[in-house]
Amino acid sequence: MKYQLELQNICKSYGSLKANEDITLGIKPASIHALLGENGAGKSTLVKIIYGSLQSNSGTMKWCDQDYKPNSPFEAREKGLAMVFQHFSLFESLTVAENIILGLDGVGLDSDYIEQITKYSKQYGLNVNAQQVVGDLSVGARQRVEIIRCLMQEPKLLIMDEPTSVLTPQEVSDLFITLRKLAENGCTILYISHKLEEVRQICHQATILRGGKLIQNCNPQEHSKRELAEMMIGKKLINLARSNIKIGEDVFSINNLSKKSEEMFGVDLHDICLTVKEGSIVGIAGVAGNGQDELMHLLIGEKKSPEGVLIFKGKDIGKLNSHQRRQLSMFFTPEERLGHGAVADMKLDENMLLSRPQKSEMTNYGVINWQQVEMLTQRVITDFDVQTQSSKMLAQSLSGGNLQKFMVGRELIQNPDLLIVAQPTWGVDAGSENHIHQSLITLAEQGSAILIISQDLDEVLTLCEQVHVITAGKLSPAVDMQDNGLEKLSQLMVGGKSND
Amino acid sequence: MINIEQRTDSSAKMVILAPILALTLTAISTMIIFLWASLDVMNAFYVFYIEPLTGKYNLSELLVKAAPLMMIALGLSIGFRAGVWNIGAEGQYIIGAISGGAVGLYYYNVEATWLIPLMAFAAVLGGMGYAGIAAFLRTRFQVNEILVTLMLTYVAILFLSAMVFGPLRNPDGFNFPESRIFHDSATLPIIWQGTRAHIGFIIALLFAGVTWFITKKHMFGMQIKISGSAPRAARFAGFNENKTIWYTLLISGGLAGLAGLFEAAGPVGQLVPHLPVGYGFTAIIVAFLARLHPIGIVFTSLLIALTYMGGENAQITLQLPSSITSVFQGMLLFYFLACNVLIEHKVAFSFNWSK
Repeated sequence: MKYQLELQNICKSYGSLKANEDITLGIKPASIHALLGENGAGKSTLVKIIYGSLQSNSGTMKWCDQDYKPNSPFEAREKGLAMVFQHFSLFESLTVAENIILGLDGVGLDSDYIEQITKYSKQYGLNVNAQQVVGDLSVGARQRVEIIRCLMQEPKLLIMDEPTSVLTPQEVSDLFITLRKLAENGCTILYISHKLEEVRQICHQATILRGGKLIQNCNPQEHSKRELAEMMIGKKLINLARSNIKIGEDVFSINNLSKKSEEMFGVDLHDICLTVKEGSIVGIAGVAGNGQDELMHLLIGEKKSPEGVLIFKGKDIGKLNSHQRRQLSMFFTPEERLGHGAVADMKLDENMLLSRPQKSEMTNYGVINWQQVEMLTQRVITDFDVQTQSSKMLAQSLSGGNLQKFMVGRELIQNPDLLIVAQPTWGVDAGSENHIHQSLITLAEQGSAILIISQDLDEVLTLCEQVHVITAGKLSPAVDMQDNGLEKLSQLMVGGKSND
Repeated sequence: MINIEQRTDSSAKMVILAPILALTLTAISTMIIFLWASLDVMNAFYVFYIEPLTGKYNLSELLVKAAPLMMIALGLSIGFRAGVWNIGAEGQYIIGAISGGAVGLYYYNVEATWLIPLMAFAAVLGGMGYAGIAAFLRTRFQVNEILVTLMLTYVAILFLSAMVFGPLRNPDGFNFPESRIFHDSATLPIIWQGTRAHIGFIIALLFAGVTWFITKKHMFGMQIKISGSAPRAARFAGFNENKTIWYTLLISGGLAGLAGLFEAAGPVGQLVPHLPVGYGFTAIIVAFLARLHPIGIVFTSLLIALTYMGGENAQITLQLPSSITSVFQGMLLFYFLACNVLIEHKVAFSFNWSK
């Protein structure tokens, strides 16, 4: 058997859009094979065809040299395929064991799998406690639960969709150890990602997709990160560099912010202190669920803060709502796109109006100047290269990366004195990430202050002079990135929430 | 196999076609009912659908019935967009009629042009105040506004009885449970001589224009739309959730109250226990048939008015029971909602003989 899975001339189109065009590739047994591509390159479609949740229009597949044509994920699982999705499907109120049992076909909740769970957990270094309730687990631990759930079916091919997007550096290296062990034991892994450094580290083979077509099959270790990225996006990348750093006066400071969470599984914030100066980019690193959401709510003004805690340009803004804060030239891009930073079933130009400072002249005594709105929308679309047919498209019809560009661009064209942005490039492809980072740097060079809340350590390291780490609602002091910052940061991140 | 698949984009053609399809299906279904009742189908069809559109009397009555429906539905549509479900417009309609009517009765011997505007003002306040109870309970104690508005409707109906049996009863009315007949100054101007069509229809049209402006051109329209489809995005935009609830309930309550007064000071001419005939509930159908669009509401209110007329005709000429109107309205809403699925979805036929 030369290939575990072989694809021949796979085509899939949605109306006139060709999501996959003539894809031919072979995945060798016991190898880690990367599927690389930007958003909308056709990775998800291809994986769905392999996993049986979509059927191709034409082309054939072979599994262990046998014809393979799954009509449902169930059939795919019977053959020995398993998949770990980017978004987990776990019940927070159930234990690890219960969650795993629920995911198995044809098994009742009363079955006892704890022994087996422990076995896999030991064998592959997947450290979980079968009795623990999933709601208390970190994201990394949840992913390990998903992996164990897949391993229970003894798969021959394990598909991993963007597995590291939510993990800390330490968790990522743990995951890689697990994946290498799996491959050594004969399990083939199809690894979907747009993070090139990881693909270079761990994958034996890489298939690069762009615009639904297969661009190249290569050994990722033989190419630089930059070469891979340029193959992926089909054009040259801009060099990111922060020159001309001129730090000015304090723009925004948080003084001893403490706040009890009003949500059930929320995180309380303790004594948060931070200062952002003119022309500087400050980062807050940390794993999701350590208080970032709660902090962001307070920063945007969706919830009110105590007196004297949030000071913007010498003014206490704790009691102002987001609209009033924007009048003072504070702007925000929240992490969640649909439903928070944008309304799914509204058009792009209507979504422009979520952030409408007086100076933008989009409204006058509440009357909307649609011409002005259209003009600004077009500016965002062209300046930030948002791929959309027009400003009249619904927000939900845009891919995640494009909507992210729109949301960051919407705030950036207002030339904010302070921009607070959460996960600016979450789920965004390399080309757009490069573009968004460049825009943020340009904004800082013009003298604006920027606060970035991000889980992506690479991003924080590229952009910020000063980084704080948030763990369990507490914020570390600022770490200067000039002197050996990375090491200090890693220590801070590991030292935090440790319920794994 | 027939599958219903999500469209990638909503179909502009279907937005127009869906109501037409729904109407056609309703017409076909009513014909089946006529056949079943062994009636002359063509004649019944004429009586039901065509006759209400002929002659001065029928046409003017169409306007009389469309006016309150339109006004209430416009107010409701604003709330529905924001996800604030005022189901009790009927109650606000009654309270509006009582409070406006009481002003008219208080000045029963005064001849003045300011009386009607004053009555209208009182009616709007009454409707707003009644809907305000639901807004207060919702914003303060998280009480569901659907239940509050609906239950307050029954309170309002009984309150109307209490009023016309008690304080507002006509002193010269031989103890009949009804108020004095409104005098000329307290009665709405007629816009079509020799009929009951009153100025309320024109005012409802004006409100349709205003509502259209608010939904398309004003930030308040965006506010209710955003609050309705994404509450967190509304907070991100700086909108206060509680204010949205207050505003939308006050607007829909005020308009329902005004509609109630117009009915009392218009075609009915006095306060009577049978003043509420369900316009407040039917207006919900009117609003949804129009997909909450203000201009659409102008047309759907006329359409639903037609079903009232057709239903009355069918009772008189064909001896059908009065529930025929409800049957018709129910079918129309049912088919409409079913056809609306086609706007966001398409039907795909696929034949798989191997299975």
